[in-house]
Amino acid sequence: MSKEYRLQAPLRDEDVQQLRVGDRVLLSGIIYTARDAAHKKLIQALDAGRELPFPLQGAVIYYVGPSPAPEGRPIGSAGPTTSYRMDGYTPRLHSLGLKATIGKGKRGQAVRDALQANNAVYFVATGGAGALLSQRIEAAKVIAFEDLGFEDLGPEAVRELVVRDFPLLVVNDAHGGELYAKPKLKK
Amino acid sequence: MRTIHASDIIEQVAAMVVRANRILRPDVLAAIDQSKERETSASGRDIFGQLQENAALARATGLPLCQDTGMAVFFVELGEDCRIKGGGLREGITEGMRRGYKDGLLRKSVCDPLTRKNTGDNSPAVIHIDLVAGDKLKISFLAKGGGSENMSRVTMLSPAQGWQGVKDFVVNHVAEAGPNPCPPTILGIGIGGSFELAPILAKKALLRPLDEPHPEPEIARMEQELLAEVNALGIGPMGLGGNVTCLGVRINMAPCHIASLPLAVNVQCHSVRHEEVEL
Repeated sequence: MSKEYRLQAPLRDEDVQQLRVGDRVLLSGIIYTARDAAHKKLIQALDAGRELPFPLQGAVIYYVGPSPAPEGRPIGSAGPTTSYRMDGYTPRLHSLGLKATIGKGKRGQAVRDALQANNAVYFVATGGAGALLSQRIEAAKVIAFEDLGFEDLGPEAVRELVVRDFPLLVVNDAHGGELYAKPKLKK
Repeated sequence: MRTIHASDIIEQVAAMVVRANRILRPDVLAAIDQSKERETSASGRDIFGQLQENAALARATGLPLCQDTGMAVFFVELGEDCRIKGGGLREGITEGMRRGYKDGLLRKSVCDPLTRKNTGDNSPAVIHIDLVAGDKLKISFLAKGGGSENMSRVTMLSPAQGWQGVKDFVVNHVAEAGPNPCPPTILGIGIGGSFELAPILAKKALLRPLDEPHPEPEIARMEQELLAEVNALGIGPMGLGGNVTCLGVRINMAPCHIASLPLAVNVQCHSVRHEEVEL
């Protein structure tokens, strides 16, 4: 039976440990945005021994490239992008303390293994509900530090978001579970 | 010879790209409403509720329906008895797109394929121009997001594979794509033509509304047959299980070489951003 949780980011080990596939989570607190180009930069920074623009310990990364913010709002439309493109980078980030990622779509075996090995979780938010999800974001600021090799990446910039009751679904938990439906093929 | 001013094209295109990104196509919204009633999974019905709410919010607030406001794809029908004054047709469409994406706060999602440097203004647009009879100019716009475009495929089947081969390829591909293209999707299927024509047929097929069956009854029947097979996969909204994986299959066919059976599957997510204007 799936459960509902309210959690605060950054996440603690016990927050993640209790979650099972199908659980619903309302997440509040500070999370970070990064998609394709930012992930490449994060890994380059790690390889070069440089500091990352945000602490990985307990961190939640949201795969999103928001649309520009209208006046009076912190952010534009802000739904998840497809996660598999980040699969090559994700296990290393989990090994360094990343507790959760938010996206949409399937993760590869290496990521699912990394979730189990590092007590981490993969959440999905509803794809194509960017206007709706935007309402749960209270603040946003770009934290692209040029001295760390993060020039302005435009829609792909690293942002710090303050979210309140951001609606998520556990699709891959820290215990090897997978929520997605298996297609019923005839042969 | 009728004259159309380039400045009118710029103005109309700027307005249409913004409108399309804020207002879900009415037939798609109706399909979402109906699907919410017939979806068997609770998570699926919940997703449909969120999509209804999202569409209402986008319309009310002016926020784009989806943050991925797409590459701008235009299908243009230019009447042979019509001339453009005060600038070029492509330039006018591109300039209107630039203005709309800037002023409408739409995301600029276009970059160099290898350096990945963003062009900064969502240009270039993809513009297909057909010359047709008459003195009108019709411009169709589709904001095509990356997630569903990445799950699109083109293949060259063997003629012996026929309709069964077409169905097998489409069904297997939808199964493999699973939750990635933001189901429920719409499938644009291009059958025949040449290597480059099949995907253009497939993309154009997405322009036909869901409540408009193919004019040829046999093709309309094939669309329904393929839709039923795709929905039998049980992938459901967002891949969480359910009986609505696809809202509609749209097929366009063209004759092809005796040695070939080109097939293209252009996947469209549920967030259909499509507008048309006639000048």
